[in-house]
Amino acid sequence: MKAPAFRYARPESLDEAIALLVEHGTDARVLAGGQSLMPMLNLRLLQPSVLVDINRLPLSEIRLQDQTLDIGALARHAEVLYSGEVAHMAPLLKLALPHVAHLAVRNRGTHGGSCALADPSAEIPACALALEASFVLRGPRGERRVPAELFFRGLYETALGADELLVRVDYPRAQPGWRYGFQEVARRHGDFAIAGLAAAARVEGGVLREARLAFFGVADRPVLVRGASVEELRERTDKMEVSGTRVYPPPFRRRLVRVLLERVTSSIEK
Amino acid sequence: MEPRARFQAIGRSLPRAGTRRLVAGRGRYVDDIVLPRMVHAAFLRSPYPHARLARVDLTVARAAPGVLAVYAWSDLQDTVRAWQSRSAAFPGLVSPTQTPLADGRCAWQGEPVLMALADTRAAAEDALELAEIEWEELPAAVGLEAALAPQAPAVHPGLANNVAWTKETLGGDPDEAFAKAALVVETQVHLARLTGVTLEPRGLVADWDPAGETLTVHHSHQMPHQMQAHFAEFFGVPAERVRVVVPDVGGGFGLKMHVYPDEIAAIAGAIKLARPVKFIADRLESLASDIHAREHNVRARMALDGEGHIVGFDVDQRHGAGAYSVFPRGSPVESSAALHLVGAPYRFAHFRGRLTIALQNKAMTGQYRSVGHPIAVLVTERLVELAACARGEDGLALRRRNFTPPGETPYVNGAGQRLFDVSHDACLLALERLVDVPRVRETVRSARAAGRALGFGVACYVEMTATGAEAYGKAGVPVSAADSVSLSVELSGAVRCAASVTEIGQGVTQALAQAVADGVGVPVERVLVHTGDTAQVPHGGGAWASRGAAIGAEAAWLAARRLRRNILEAAARLLGADDESLDLRDGTIVDHRGEARLELSELAHIAAFRGYELPEGFQPQLSLMHHYRRSKDLFLPANGVQASLLEVDLHTGLVRPLRHWAVCDCGRVLNPLLVEEQLRGGVVQGIGEALYEELRYGEDGHLETGTLAEYLVPMAAEMPDIEVAHVQTPYDGTSLGAKGAGEAGVAAAPAAILNAVNDALAPHGAALDAVPISPAAVLEALERGR
Repeated sequence: MKAPAFRYARPESLDEAIALLVEHGTDARVLAGGQSLMPMLNLRLLQPSVLVDINRLPLSEIRLQDQTLDIGALARHAEVLYSGEVAHMAPLLKLALPHVAHLAVRNRGTHGGSCALADPSAEIPACALALEASFVLRGPRGERRVPAELFFRGLYETALGADELLVRVDYPRAQPGWRYGFQEVARRHGDFAIAGLAAAARVEGGVLREARLAFFGVADRPVLVRGASVEELRERTDKMEVSGTRVYPPPFRRRLVRVLLERVTSSIEK
Repeated sequence: MEPRARFQAIGRSLPRAGTRRLVAGRGRYVDDIVLPRMVHAAFLRSPYPHARLARVDLTVARAAPGVLAVYAWSDLQDTVRAWQSRSAAFPGLVSPTQTPLADGRCAWQGEPVLMALADTRAAAEDALELAEIEWEELPAAVGLEAALAPQAPAVHPGLANNVAWTKETLGGDPDEAFAKAALVVETQVHLARLTGVTLEPRGLVADWDPAGETLTVHHSHQMPHQMQAHFAEFFGVPAERVRVVVPDVGGGFGLKMHVYPDEIAAIAGAIKLARPVKFIADRLESLASDIHAREHNVRARMALDGEGHIVGFDVDQRHGAGAYSVFPRGSPVESSAALHLVGAPYRFAHFRGRLTIALQNKAMTGQYRSVGHPIAVLVTERLVELAACARGEDGLALRRRNFTPPGETPYVNGAGQRLFDVSHDACLLALERLVDVPRVRETVRSARAAGRALGFGVACYVEMTATGAEAYGKAGVPVSAADSVSLSVELSGAVRCAASVTEIGQGVTQALAQAVADGVGVPVERVLVHTGDTAQVPHGGGAWASRGAAIGAEAAWLAARRLRRNILEAAARLLGADDESLDLRDGTIVDHRGEARLELSELAHIAAFRGYELPEGFQPQLSLMHHYRRSKDLFLPANGVQASLLEVDLHTGLVRPLRHWAVCDCGRVLNPLLVEEQLRGGVVQGIGEALYEELRYGEDGHLETGTLAEYLVPMAAEMPDIEVAHVQTPYDGTSLGAKGAGEAGVAAAPAAILNAVNDALAPHGAALDAVPISPAAVLEALERGR
């Protein structure tokens, strides 16, 4: 299938981009890496009247700040994956990114695009949740920050307004004593996960003392489970609602969730 | 038969001559063809598995920008006729008439309903969104068992039930054999629907010249001559005025053997508009409307005597055909082949086979690479392992005891299969060497001791290849089992070959080049092979049934030997020598001492420009045509064995193939590289069938795996190394002795994988009988085993 006709705009500045979003509202879609949007257009699942191509905007920078590591919305997955600062200050992303699709997709797909799309099976939103990232949104009234827990609202649904652009994701710098784990279950490498887990945990003497587990692929958005011990994490995870399909029914997914919890926490405690 | 010639090119692993061009991006596939005034076709397809078209209003759609026409079936009836799948091979087959666009009712989701022709594909799709259709949904019969249930909705109005065809085969006395058996093992195997997923989808460019009354169809297809016959008949054009051109093809796998309604509609559009029409199926259309395969439920029992000899099989097979039997070959081909191939590697005398084919409100199932064989091998090799387990013996020992005897040739088994020149013992021995079985079993044991679930599985197979003329000839289907080759000596001394086999990416042109090179006596790089154009190549079968080497290359060899005789005769007349004393080596005519006397290019020049130098009245024949049809043996049985080592994650249910081995006896190997890559590609498709690929319909008849995000094809990252070895038992009915190799990889891989998974699960009391093996099914089986 071919995409239906649409108008194409390529703003040269952030203000121009926001103005376009204000003008067209929900009729506009933002084009970043295009790795999800272009297939959706070709499948005619989306029929926007205007495509706002933000690739010329200066949003690609990965910058280390005093408290945070800020990743520009247009940073490509490959750039984040191979960034030394990311490896140092947000190592969870480095663990997760090899699981994001394939090399060709990672060369084009963007950090912000993955978050703004909010596919419930995607890896990066779960990492953002586990790392307590905040999302910097820019609209006609300026910038606002939304914590990850409030950013992901449902299936392909986020806190982004129709006139707002996600410009940056700010990750708190990794702290001493914290360790990270990432695993997902997929039948083929690069597939959306049947279930996955991105985890950040504080470990003392090989014992997990505090953890944030972000499960993905198991509900309409990534799900955060906090706990002060593996036992507590187990109890809380068991209470988590898990969705399913005909091929991957809820009881099966629930078992995977438990397996992921055990595997990731033990890898962290090792 | 003449004595065997010296082989220089034959038997060598030469890369395909055309590969460099394709890799360099210089391929010319059908979508690369752009003709002046060409328009693009798009189809509105039924969103429902079964629905009536209550009202269709195309006024707005036809007025859309860039649109030349929007057609329904009523608009095409003056241009093309409907067709019905009938075959003398399947008497009583129920399959109503098919039309290129729906005739007031749709019987499967994805069925073409309207066709828009526009300046661009996008404009055509836009127009279809403006078509106003009122659908009236009808009850649908979807699942295989549900469609055969007594109260099932009728797939087509007026049907008393949804049975398309039934068959019962009896050999020996199965009742007595089972009554007296010391051991009976039983399985119920399920194989899900899947499809071939060619890298290049189906497509064509149809070009009708009303002045010359000539139809040219550039077609991504395996059988140009078959399609020429169909197009002539459907459109009422004399066949000699129908030209089918097959450009580079990105894979066929059997799905490009059939007549598809959308393709016929596109040609009708080209005739109506008198403008070229391009139709390229996109991936959504491919998955929904390419021929599907499988959807079988097989209940099978195997009887053994007290010494562990197989005495008989009892097979009850159900197969879902979809809404119609595929035209022209017929959907029963797959299930019928599967039924009769059960037990093929083994000696047994008693057989009962029952087959029931159901119509369903789904896409049609038809022939996919290794037609029917993977089903039979899965059933047989599962039963063999169950029997070995019940007897407490090694599965390989049980197989060895039961292999069809190589001495007793031909051997006709209880299911009526005629087997000869098979080499199961030699293949199994070669496999054991290739694998180092004791070492692999030790790897499995030590991994298990460490808590990991490794499994090793084996599957033997017979692949019926290079089908003879009796199969489709007697069925009344215009599919040729013969091949023709024309050869001519170029002025440069090269040999140009035009062959009726079709190059579809499998590399058959390279095999032909090697046969011609050795047959004539010229270097292989001086042979040019052309295929796939009914106006340029002589009539023949094309690409199906692994026939390229066994029939196509044999035709090329026989043509080459004749051309060689003609060349030597002309040279002898020119040189005043005895032609028995001359030889043609590497393009040079030499005398009995091996001394060069004449270059082939010089002979060609003399024939072309200075014919007066030849003796008076002598006309050299440096070009000729040769036709070849094998006159005995309906099939050439190839055989072999595969093995898989894999790991099952007992916690997630994921299966990871670690290594795979394939030993194949396809007679004389013309080019080991080609055979090995055919086997590897086939094994990968077989692993796909075992672990990933499933066209899943909801109970409501909606296809749930409509994109490659849901329909999982095997990817390189998950594939194990595939090691290949050859055993060569040449067929003695031809000069070259080649049998087919193109499909054997698919035949045994699913069974090898299933047996390996069951080997891994056995210590946990679990077993599986369905493919693809989903991780949820593995965990459920483990749960049940507890």
